[in-house]
Amino acid sequence: MSNVADSTASNDATLDGHHGDAHHDDHHDHIPKGISRWLLTTNHKDIGTLYLWFAFIMFLVGGAMAMVIRAELFQPGMQIVDPNFFNQMTTVHGLIMVFGAVMPAFTGLANWLIPMMIGAPDMALPRMNNWSFWILPFAFLILLSSLFMEGGGPSFGWTFYAPLSTTYSNDSTGLFVFSVHIMGISSIMGAINVIVTIFNMRAPGMTWMKMPLFVWTWLITAFLLIAVMPVLAGAVTMVLTDKYFGTSFFDAAGGGDPVMFQHIFWFFGHPEVYIMILPAFGIISQIIPTFSRKPLFGYASMVYATASIALLSFIVWAHHMFTTGMPYQAEIFFMVATMLISVPTGVKVFNWVATMWRGSMTFEIPMMFAIAFVVLFTIGGLSGLMLAITPVDFQYHDTYFVVAHFHYVLVTGAVFSIMAAVYYWLPKWTGKMFDITLAKWHFWCSLISVNVLFFPMHFVGLAGMPRRIPDYALQFADFNKWISIGGFAFGLSQLIFLALLIKACRKQGEPVSDQVWDGAEGLEWEIPSPAPYHTFDTPPVVK
Amino acid sequence: MRRLAKSALTACMMMSSGVYAEAQQAVSDINLRPGVTDISSQVYDLHMMMFAICVGIAVLVFGVMFISMYLHRKSRGVKPANFHENVKVEIAWTVVPFIILIVMAIPAAKTLIAMEDTSAPDMTVLVTGSQWKWHYKYMDSDVEYYSLLATRREEIENKYDKRDNYLLEVDRPLVIPTGQKVRFLITSDDVIHSWWVPDFAVKKDANPGFINEAWTRVNEPGIYRGQCAELCGKDHGFMPIVVIAKEPAEYAQWVSEQEEMRALAREEEQRLLAMNMDMSELMAEGERVYNAVCAGCHMPNGEGLPGVFPAIKGSNLALNDMPGHIDIVLNGKTGTAMQAFGNMLSLKELAAVVTYQRNAWGNNTGDVVQPKDVNAIAKGE
Repeated sequence: MSNVADSTASNDATLDGHHGDAHHDDHHDHIPKGISRWLLTTNHKDIGTLYLWFAFIMFLVGGAMAMVIRAELFQPGMQIVDPNFFNQMTTVHGLIMVFGAVMPAFTGLANWLIPMMIGAPDMALPRMNNWSFWILPFAFLILLSSLFMEGGGPSFGWTFYAPLSTTYSNDSTGLFVFSVHIMGISSIMGAINVIVTIFNMRAPGMTWMKMPLFVWTWLITAFLLIAVMPVLAGAVTMVLTDKYFGTSFFDAAGGGDPVMFQHIFWFFGHPEVYIMILPAFGIISQIIPTFSRKPLFGYASMVYATASIALLSFIVWAHHMFTTGMPYQAEIFFMVATMLISVPTGVKVFNWVATMWRGSMTFEIPMMFAIAFVVLFTIGGLSGLMLAITPVDFQYHDTYFVVAHFHYVLVTGAVFSIMAAVYYWLPKWTGKMFDITLAKWHFWCSLISVNVLFFPMHFVGLAGMPRRIPDYALQFADFNKWISIGGFAFGLSQLIFLALLIKACRKQGEPVSDQVWDGAEGLEWEIPSPAPYHTFDTPPVVK
Repeated sequence: MRRLAKSALTACMMMSSGVYAEAQQAVSDINLRPGVTDISSQVYDLHMMMFAICVGIAVLVFGVMFISMYLHRKSRGVKPANFHENVKVEIAWTVVPFIILIVMAIPAAKTLIAMEDTSAPDMTVLVTGSQWKWHYKYMDSDVEYYSLLATRREEIENKYDKRDNYLLEVDRPLVIPTGQKVRFLITSDDVIHSWWVPDFAVKKDANPGFINEAWTRVNEPGIYRGQCAELCGKDHGFMPIVVIAKEPAEYAQWVSEQEEMRALAREEEQRLLAMNMDMSELMAEGERVYNAVCAGCHMPNGEGLPGVFPAIKGSNLALNDMPGHIDIVLNGKTGTAMQAFGNMLSLKELAAVVTYQRNAWGNNTGDVVQPKDVNAIAKGE
């Protein structure tokens, strides 16, 4: 798999200004013990670990809700839950996966990796870093506890369209709004930290165009977060005041407009989907060159493509709302702008394939996830291109075709990239190679089941099955059974991952070299494995 | 292909004058349907064009990738090349997709403009969504009615076998003429709904307080089924749409029948005001109405959903305050999900359902509410 040689000294020579740092770092490693280590930590690695474990737990909780959804949809008729609870499951599943699993996982990776990649000793604002993590569990505690209220938790979809979320919702809405505010504050603080760190703490010689792509994509993501999380905060606040304080932002009877809610929400919501995919692009751009043993093709175009996608993401929001009734001129604008996004996205995919071309490839676990990402994310991207075509979107909109599309980009896209990243950097974090047999089981079970789960959704969607329904017409029964089976299998496959991670955290496995993977390049592969508690006390010089 | 077996049966149970065999339209299990209008077939063609282009791109990209994965493996002893940019290639794969996009956008824009052109309709129907039913009002004639799910609760609860059009059947379908441009004005009484008939390629949101427009011109007579497409609360999955397209002559006949029926119903109302109905008649009718329109929220046992929909069983309104009870059923309660049923139900139905609520599930008030009592409160007497 890789050259598993235990060497700490050999790599020091490659870093100017880093002589004998292994000893230096060890000397500083006063790792606090017990629970207070985790509660009070300001260490980017500890906080990264906290974020990643939190995200994984939320992934399992949100996944359990998906299991409830799939169990109810296993066959026609109402069997297990009532429609009101079903709607709570779809709503909270979406909120947890977006805000509790994918976003915190990327923030965790940013915490672990950005300082190590740019040669910084820690994040720029370590106390804020601690706070931005520790408010997160409370946000989700509030959200989850609302499920036990009389009438249940939020049931209006994760998109909380007014007036369903205002006049027609129950009192869990107040808790929902409060928890979204906390999630938003956490995200904004995390983003500020990333930006300040990257701007100020790069090692000498780490110029902008030498930064690893994961750092670049996260920098751009952080700006997106700062731009749109306040918009989400505004949207939830208006929902709160419409419901409880007599305002009429979204109520025509008072001069408001329910469609304005959707404009505001999707002005946040569309950049949000890029917040969940740009760091994934960064991860894949790190992994593919390593296992192709060849530099990334088109580094500069990758940076520009990421920036273009980020900018375009602000002018496409209404493609989520083609059926709300817009002038056709506006529909054509949003259609064309949306189609344009496929150009820079295509450039990225072409670059990854060109990186593999004439490389010398090996297929370790991170590479397997990365290749699965390229194929399956591209499928999601192509169905996205189909969805951009307004007249056809009228047929696709709010059907399972859309559900298939965004699960391909978010599960086999974002989530697979996170798994790829964990497998890629885990040996660096723990100093031990993870259990490769379990990892292979995890990969193949996930890959097969995720396609049994999401691919047939294209079919039922095209055949006319609306999304967010607890029961369906008989013609959709056969595919739904398969979708549910795929869902249960995908859910169970993640328990293999859990077992692997527990083993890894107990430091079981073969020790790895500093470089871990034999094509790996970058500062994080030049520090010892496992990464010491403190790294780069004195900055390295990047040539 | 069970659902391809056409059921004339469902047509019989609908409020239509004739028995209709469902048109032999191709409905696929795995693909969009071409539908029965010129627009829907254009949409289908666009969809197939997009699909073909996407498959082409995928085959090309994945093909190159898999060839590379086969040829350029370390296990074959390949030494890696070291190239990492190529301006010509990079320009090519930016410009070529751009051109492909323009090729896609032009026919799409043409179809879109045609879809949004609601001018010069032959007739207009006002479609109003509410939790969880549709209301159709023919703007050119004196016809309007609600259209509710006709699937029996026992089928949903798996007590009876499910019929062919399970969840896709309504008590009173929308009826429109073939060959004419029918404009739909679409709005909502409460939350956002979305009126979708796949065979027409019409999907338009019903926004409360605003009116959207859409249109269709159906080429073939037949029965076409759709569903609400926008999450609208608990029973979002249970508010289907059924449209029957009839030849213009038959349609005209249907309209005049409907107008006659409405006139008769009005006379009947006036007659009812002068007489008293007995308890058992009111209770039987009340139970039917309750299960059709009230049970969605207040549940068949009258207990509601705590925290969401209030109980009627044991409530102060149902046990004591009779005028208040009649008033809330007639006029609804603003700021809540309680709708005004004064326009939806006849005086007889209103009297029956209030009587039922005051005497069912142990609410044994013994009160009998007559149509004239309801009328008095409706008229503010």
